[in-house]
Amino acid sequence: MPGAASSHGLIWMILRRIGVALVLALVVSFLVYAATTVLPGDVAAAVLGRNATPEAVAALREQLGLGDPFAQRYLAWLGDLVRGDLGTSLAGTQMPVSELIATPVRNTAVLAGATLLLLVPLALVVGILSGVRQGRALDRAAAGVSLTLTAVPEFVVGALLVLALAVYVPVLPAVSLVSGDINPLSVPEFLVLPVLTLIIAGAAYLIRIVRISTIEAMATDYVEAARLAGVPERRIVARYAVRNSLAPTIQAVSATAQWLLGGIFVVEVLFAYPGVGNALVTAVQVRDVPVIQAIAMLLALAFILINLVADIATILVDPRLRTAA
Amino acid sequence: MSAAAGHGGERRPGVSWRGAIGVWAVVGGVMLLVALAGSLIAPYDPAALVGKSFLLPGPDHWFGTDSLGRDVLSRVLAGGRTAVLLAVAAIVVAEAVGCVIGLLAGYRGGLVDAVLMRMNDVLLAFPALLLVLVLAAGLGPGTVVLVVGVAVVNIPGIARLARAATLGVATTGYVESALVRGEGTAAILRREILPNIAPTIVADAGVRFAGAFLIIAGLNFLGIGIQPPAPDWATMIAENRSYITLQPWTVIAPTACIALFAISVNIVGESVARRRSRGRA
Repeated sequence: MPGAASSHGLIWMILRRIGVALVLALVVSFLVYAATTVLPGDVAAAVLGRNATPEAVAALREQLGLGDPFAQRYLAWLGDLVRGDLGTSLAGTQMPVSELIATPVRNTAVLAGATLLLLVPLALVVGILSGVRQGRALDRAAAGVSLTLTAVPEFVVGALLVLALAVYVPVLPAVSLVSGDINPLSVPEFLVLPVLTLIIAGAAYLIRIVRISTIEAMATDYVEAARLAGVPERRIVARYAVRNSLAPTIQAVSATAQWLLGGIFVVEVLFAYPGVGNALVTAVQVRDVPVIQAIAMLLALAFILINLVADIATILVDPRLRTAA
Repeated sequence: MSAAAGHGGERRPGVSWRGAIGVWAVVGGVMLLVALAGSLIAPYDPAALVGKSFLLPGPDHWFGTDSLGRDVLSRVLAGGRTAVLLAVAAIVVAEAVGCVIGLLAGYRGGLVDAVLMRMNDVLLAFPALLLVLVLAAGLGPGTVVLVVGVAVVNIPGIARLARAATLGVATTGYVESALVRGEGTAAILRREILPNIAPTIVADAGVRFAGAFLIIAGLNFLGIGIQPPAPDWATMIAENRSYITLQPWTVIAPTACIALFAISVNIVGESVARRRSRGRA
């Protein structure tokens, strides 16, 4: 039964991919722990500052378990992490980390979600249209704009937008004042500039990939055959070009989502948006190690998960990849 | 559809493409010159308080003054150097380490090769900015973490490229004759293989420099790298953005510098890469 054999292979491929993701997550957890605790510079002394008494430093070292052997500390930390215990913050109120980052996590999810929801359809439409109408006005404009914008960092795009829309034509707030537990969705005007910045900074890459894969699909033999058979152009685009550029597009969307996890720090800081990026940068500045570890792991796991989902989706939509392994 | 689409290749949009590259090459050159030597022509000491706060542009201060009364033009002229030099340092470190690993992996294969590929997989599971931020948590903010972090991010990619290029020349006649002459591995790598893969490595280094500059600018903006009061374009945007309505030039000037520099490096780099790939095909 060839059908059963190939679906068996498919499941095996997906399981293997999940295994790779788990191993990656483990390695990343080791690296995060090592980078935040082993590197030169005594974390306890750094957290407490120059005027700390030796007793206070010793007590904090005890609390962080810095006296124990590294392997033992790492395993204890990993065990807590797996059980969902993220430790307590070293700074200020000494809140449990999970409580401290709950609201920022939600805020960042809102920002990232809103961005992807607008960015992906926009990039797909522009990318497919420029691919189909290669060399025409829309294509040229998109190519020029995207070549310029891929190079410009998010905070520069954001600063230009603030200048344009908050200073010269003051229609929007320059910083978000989403404080405390207010859901940013309830004050959408604060989301406009951050989301717009991320869309402008991120669209170029996605448009480019969609355009190239559309062009490649439109140049294949079966599209030519369909054309000769008199299938209307509109139908060719919908049935062949779009479907065949799906696999590279999924990968490009995943790369964009991953880029977003990095780009979001900068945009959150620029607009004083209270998300995990802002929380992480603050934690790095005061060296609040448990918070840094928690957010770094969270973002790295999101990164790995996005990759995993995209790879599985690619395997599922592209029959050629199924038989390849 | 037009006949051109049947060809499959990506047709280049724009007629005056070549002229545009020329313009951007000039812009890039000027920006690089400003970044490296701008402090020499700065009218004031970039760190000195030389006037009232938030002066708007005028004959004494072409771009006005910032919140502390420092001359914005002088700070912009002096503000590119450190970031550019740090990006160069990071890429030099990364190329040195990455090429040695890549040469060994390509020439010897085996364990080095396997370890290299796994390292790359791990690094790809991490946004570059997050990696440097985590390192900054251990090392503390400052310029050291910028160089170390950006180098670490680039090493696996460089090593992979060097490995691939080494594989391409490892079985050529001149390498085999060197082997027959009885030369050691180090001598063969240095005298036979390295000179032959150098052009590929150098072209790639240019693209990596642009990426390194952008990561460094981002980290400076976040306050992880260069610390105030040192003049730096990205740091200037960060420290002046709260006063953007009072004196917009404190943000416009450094923003324009980063944008022009980044765009010109990208466009010139892209055109070099295209020309190289066409030359090989």
